[in-house]
Amino acid sequence: MEWFTITIDGREVSVPKGTTVLEACRMNNIPVPTLCHDPELTPSGACRLCVVQIEGMRNLPPSCVTQVAQGMKIETQNPKVRAARKTILELLVANHPLDCMTCEKMGNCSLAEYAYEYGVKGDVFAGEKRDLPVDNANPFIIRDPNKCILCGKCIKACTEIQGKSRLDFSFRGFNTQVGPAYNIPLNESDCDFCGSCVSVCPVGALTEKQMAGKGRPWEVTKVQTTCPFCGVGCNFDLNVKDGQVIGVTSNPQAPVNGKALCVKGRFGMDMIYSSRRVTTPLIRKDGVLVPAEWDEALDLVASKFREIKDAYGPNALAALSSAHCTNEENYLMQKFMRAVIGTNNVDHCART
Amino acid sequence: MAENQKILVCAGTGCASSGALPIIDILKEEIKRQGLEETVTIVGTGCQGFCEKGPTIVIEPQHVLYTRVQGEDIAEIVASDVMKGERVERLLLLDTETQKPVTKMSDIRFFAKQHRIVLKNCGVIDPQRIQDYTLRDGYKALEKVLKEMKPNDVIEEVKKSGLRGRGGAGFPTGLKWSFCQQTPSDKKYIICNADEGDPGAFMDRSVLEGDPHSVIEGMLIGAYAMGVDEGYVYCRAEYPLAIKHLSIAIKQAEEAGFLGDNIFNSGFNFRLKVFAGAGAFVCGEETALMASIEGKRGMPRVRPPFPAVSGLWGKPTNINNVETWSNIPHIIRHGAEWYAQFGTEKSKGTKIFALTGKVNNTGLVEVPMGTTLREIIFDIGGGIQNGKAFKAVQIGGPSGGCLPENMLDLSVDYETLTNAGAMVGSGGLVIMDETTCMVDIARFFVNFSQKESCGKCTPCREGNKRMYDILDKITKGEGKIEDLDTLENLALTIKETSLCGLGQNAPNPVLATLKYFRHEFEAHILEHKCPAHVCSALLSYSIDADKCKKCSLCAKNCPANCIKGDKNTPYVINQDECIKCGTCMDKCKFGAVSRS
Amino acid sequence: MAGLATSFGSGAMTNSINEIPNAEVMFVIGSNTTEAHPVIGTKMRQALAKGAKLIVVDPRCIDLAEQADVWLRLRPGTDIALVNGIMHIILAKGWEDRGFIAERTEGFEKLKETLQKYTPEYTSQITGVPAEQLEEAARIYATAERAQIFYTLGITEHSCGTDNVLSLANLSMLTGHIGKESTGVNPLRGQNNVQGACDMGALPNVYPGYQQVSNPEVRAKFEAAWGVPLDPNPGFMIPDMFDAAVNKQLRALYIMGEDPVMTDADANHVRKGLKALDFLVVQEIFLSETALLADVVLPGASFAEKTGTVTNTERRFQMVNQAIKPLGNAKPDGEIICELANRMGYPFPYASSAEVMEEIAQLTPQFAGISHERLGTQGLQWPVPTADHPGTKFLHKGKFNRGKGLFVPCENQLPHEQPDKEYPLLLNTGRKLSHYNVFTQSSEGLIKNSPEELAELNPIDAKQIGISDGDVVKVASRRGELNTKVKVTERVPAGMLFMTLHYAGSPTNVLTNGAYDKVTKTYEYKVCGVKVSKL
Repeated sequence: MEWFTITIDGREVSVPKGTTVLEACRMNNIPVPTLCHDPELTPSGACRLCVVQIEGMRNLPPSCVTQVAQGMKIETQNPKVRAARKTILELLVANHPLDCMTCEKMGNCSLAEYAYEYGVKGDVFAGEKRDLPVDNANPFIIRDPNKCILCGKCIKACTEIQGKSRLDFSFRGFNTQVGPAYNIPLNESDCDFCGSCVSVCPVGALTEKQMAGKGRPWEVTKVQTTCPFCGVGCNFDLNVKDGQVIGVTSNPQAPVNGKALCVKGRFGMDMIYSSRRVTTPLIRKDGVLVPAEWDEALDLVASKFREIKDAYGPNALAALSSAHCTNEENYLMQKFMRAVIGTNNVDHCART
Repeated sequence: MAENQKILVCAGTGCASSGALPIIDILKEEIKRQGLEETVTIVGTGCQGFCEKGPTIVIEPQHVLYTRVQGEDIAEIVASDVMKGERVERLLLLDTETQKPVTKMSDIRFFAKQHRIVLKNCGVIDPQRIQDYTLRDGYKALEKVLKEMKPNDVIEEVKKSGLRGRGGAGFPTGLKWSFCQQTPSDKKYIICNADEGDPGAFMDRSVLEGDPHSVIEGMLIGAYAMGVDEGYVYCRAEYPLAIKHLSIAIKQAEEAGFLGDNIFNSGFNFRLKVFAGAGAFVCGEETALMASIEGKRGMPRVRPPFPAVSGLWGKPTNINNVETWSNIPHIIRHGAEWYAQFGTEKSKGTKIFALTGKVNNTGLVEVPMGTTLREIIFDIGGGIQNGKAFKAVQIGGPSGGCLPENMLDLSVDYETLTNAGAMVGSGGLVIMDETTCMVDIARFFVNFSQKESCGKCTPCREGNKRMYDILDKITKGEGKIEDLDTLENLALTIKETSLCGLGQNAPNPVLATLKYFRHEFEAHILEHKCPAHVCSALLSYSIDADKCKKCSLCAKNCPANCIKGDKNTPYVINQDECIKCGTCMDKCKFGAVSRS
Repeated sequence: MAGLATSFGSGAMTNSINEIPNAEVMFVIGSNTTEAHPVIGTKMRQALAKGAKLIVVDPRCIDLAEQADVWLRLRPGTDIALVNGIMHIILAKGWEDRGFIAERTEGFEKLKETLQKYTPEYTSQITGVPAEQLEEAARIYATAERAQIFYTLGITEHSCGTDNVLSLANLSMLTGHIGKESTGVNPLRGQNNVQGACDMGALPNVYPGYQQVSNPEVRAKFEAAWGVPLDPNPGFMIPDMFDAAVNKQLRALYIMGEDPVMTDADANHVRKGLKALDFLVVQEIFLSETALLADVVLPGASFAEKTGTVTNTERRFQMVNQAIKPLGNAKPDGEIICELANRMGYPFPYASSAEVMEEIAQLTPQFAGISHERLGTQGLQWPVPTADHPGTKFLHKGKFNRGKGLFVPCENQLPHEQPDKEYPLLLNTGRKLSHYNVFTQSSEGLIKNSPEELAELNPIDAKQIGISDGDVVKVASRRGELNTKVKVTERVPAGMLFMTLHYAGSPTNVLTNGAYDKVTKTYEYKVCGVKVSKL
């Protein structure tokens, strides 16, 4: 591989050919703000927040789409660059509701983070703001176009990750919006509700409805795990607050799926708390299932199994193990049947 | 009576809208009535260039131009000029200096100073007949290329000619072709950008309407040079006549074997399609244009990769505009040296400008690069209308800049204009006189850009809107002096950080007017005055009671119904209700209404 | 799985999911991937966006069919004929990979003989697919550098399921499309740990890692490890169990995390079997239809409440990590089993699931290098024979697990039950995107999003029966009947009714046929005769 030596903010570093300036900065822990960039998506160079100054180049090139060249001299923090970034942030904030206190994204909002860093108050270009209806008609996603900064990541996620292209820009100039065709509510569109758009939104324009009001990012513990539904084996993070699962977020490190999930994986986890859950042992007494203590239930099962084994032999017992339980549990089940009961009568729904 | 006369009736969009089409019918009728069908041919041509004076007709070989011809003039023209060789003086153009009728077309100042290469056939041939084109050496350049030249020879020739892209950026055409040629691929495309969107520019439309085969021939030569077998003409849907003529020309070229397989038995194949655009200004930007052909929303993408590497459908693609392609056959036919004799050291050849605004001769003019603005506006354009004073010229459309009078002697070429804060752009020249407010003009162009911004990048989408807001505030007299700094900083940020040419150039009108007409901004802000008397919020109309003859004309025409008076009382304007439209001033025959 | 095990020596997806976006050709048969395996579906769409070619074989106009280069709309249950027909064309055109056949396979001559009669005309007659389409599919698949087959239950849930799979294995070996990146035969497993449950020996004939119970050496190893003598004879498979229960051969059944009343074919027969038992224990997280029949219900913990591993369809062991405490008095299933074992006098002294994994690794060569610690956040794809082995991205590189790949010629076989005069429509079953088996019925959001069964019926049939879109109808088979809402759509061909198995309100499996494949005893969910009538 060919390596280039470049200078970033006076520091000489080596990076492989084909690296973007942004990647080169991040590899070397040099912070560059971005709103429209995501490593899983093709770069669009739309937000222009990542501009830097490069010696010999006209204007301020966006680092996310500019590839390094041998000997390139880059400045990421000089006054000109910072002033341009500040103006861009001022422009975005001027057209953004400042209801941050009640915004679901508070604490996890890239726009707020950079506005804070660059001292943007939103007073420079005070003027007209958008006033578009919020789409809240579906069970999964709240879409607030007034908070949208038009970074286009949701569109790219829908197109490039999902291969669906259900979202795009409409109208022009200041009136530009993102939405499904004809800007109809999502539930009337062909949207599958995979939620990939939500997973990439840097602001509060796309948020999980089920998690609304359930917790702030700093109160939440994320636990990576594997989806319990189909055989693809997507990983995601369970978001836990006060011992309760409040929702699911994508984990970009997930080996199979990255940020992609389907509607079930992302939005179906309320089934953990379904009213259909059994949370205590039940024993049939006089034809009716009634609650029981564990000891009673386990003793009953053990004695019945022993009784039947003694009376009819081990092959009068069988078990259905589970394609929904873990490997360890399946191992234990077949070991239980083979070593404890003494039969090979163990099978599971292997074929569905 | 001359033998074998031709009557060329301009049937371009400009003259058609001033009534040229019925004239053709009347003329045919009249020629038939007079039994002249054998000797007189009537040709509906493309734009003859002198749109201001349309409908225009030219009688050949006498070489006489008649202007503003109406149906009732036809009988006289035929009876006098065609049959007796006597000029119809009242329809001749008056020389702007001598005020005498000019009988020979080439003596008209509007034409005399032009050098027509691209427009050679426009207004002369019938664009719907391929024979008219081939009779004037059409497709000879293609034949030469296919029979005598290697692709590399063609590219070298174009490089040597010094031709640069006529769409605005001025990139050397031959070099651009070589990039596309050198990218290996099983499939390549060329595109003709006919999405002419600048307000006031219509040269591409005129070429497509008046000489479509020249564009097709140029593209064929380019396709051969770059190893391309498929091309598109992306033409804005607002140009129905251009699309019609082009489609007819493509069909005829296919029938004649100039398009299709194995052209001139050379083994070279090329097919051409017309794609009607969907009406977005930004689709003139090449990457947005390609997205539009692919069926996507017309939005620019970052470059690199450049189209020469990854363009339409991800294949190497070369894009040039109409005027650029149309230059090619001439360069091949006459040679690069011949072409390079026109123009300046770095800007070769001729350029077509669309003269509009407060100039006497609006229309299309083709001049060698390096001609001065003064020559174009005053010698060719005939100066300012109604004897008013020149104030500024906006060059290069909404992305260009406004230059003041002391820059009129600038040579029109790529570098000079860019250095002055304007640009050649597509070649729109909007002339403004003393009644034009420069703040209002900046506001007008920024409004155009902010509405046409595709919305992709932040500075262009949000920034142009805020520039517009500030300018709007200033025109209303609500501006503060600090706003000028905010405006300038914002303009520079937009320029330096926008994704495509639209955003990078949208601040030009603001920066140029701030630079050359700052005093007008200051007058609006500090004195609450609009020096040109344009910004309505800063104007007031009043009626001089002494001069008022109490005729009531002002009150009757007032759309706001806010002028009161009667036979005995002089009329008075209610300032609270006045919308400052100026109708009262226009209507008053006694000069009693004044504006301040 | 038995099919692939016969042909290649290993019954699992040969390639990895993340090879899909770089696919050159995808041959998707009997898999509505974008709905049943949505994230694999997205990877396929990514491949299509990059220019991959797609062949879809499905009687229904599934989403992928709309994006396919060739869509073969075959008659249900004629997959073998179709694949044989394609192979016939490949041989006729000389597109087979002779080098691969010679070096790496056996049984080719017999296959060639069988294929002789499957001329395009004959195949077209059986399958209803035009000969030109067969040839186009053959050309795209066979002439590609890299080509992958994907299938799922549309192939296996037939009475000839194993032969269907063998046919696909034949096709891949005939063209040498196996054992390379983005090249192979890929069964997409249905449930999140169906691969793992098989891998762990939750099958009546094998111990963990597909070690045969009938093999004395293997058995001796497990007897030594577990300290008890083990039964050398394979046990009951699922359909056998219900039959055995009805005739009192089977007295007690312990069901963990399954709802056979809803999910097994011929639900009424299942219910009858369960009711005939002396003792039924159901260990579940929901009070399922099956749990309602139990003598004892043991509350298990959901995936969020326990730690362990699951194995996805591409053989990747991944962690399930505990996020919250079990709800109420629920306990992780593993813990419950251990407590039962302890009470039965055989102590299961595991302190954690990680310890169980250690034991699995010790007893199973292909998982020997796996531990919870190593799995981390990225998992490992088996085989992982040693503690420093990086895992296996694709199988059969250079050599098949069984040595030489085996061609097993198959003849077309008709489904067990075909539509007839009395039950004129063919019932086909499957999943839809917004639900997963019967599990997601417990998610309020998902139910709101997609609340009820919408049986798909072609407009021609709808008109004939006199029903329109949105009507509720009665559907009956020889085994049962139900009511369902109907969606009139050309997605299904005339003569077919399509239903999912997600809704307790329209329990599709009361209709399906309990006939099963002779080897795997997989039910023929995909084909049976039904009639639809107005209510």
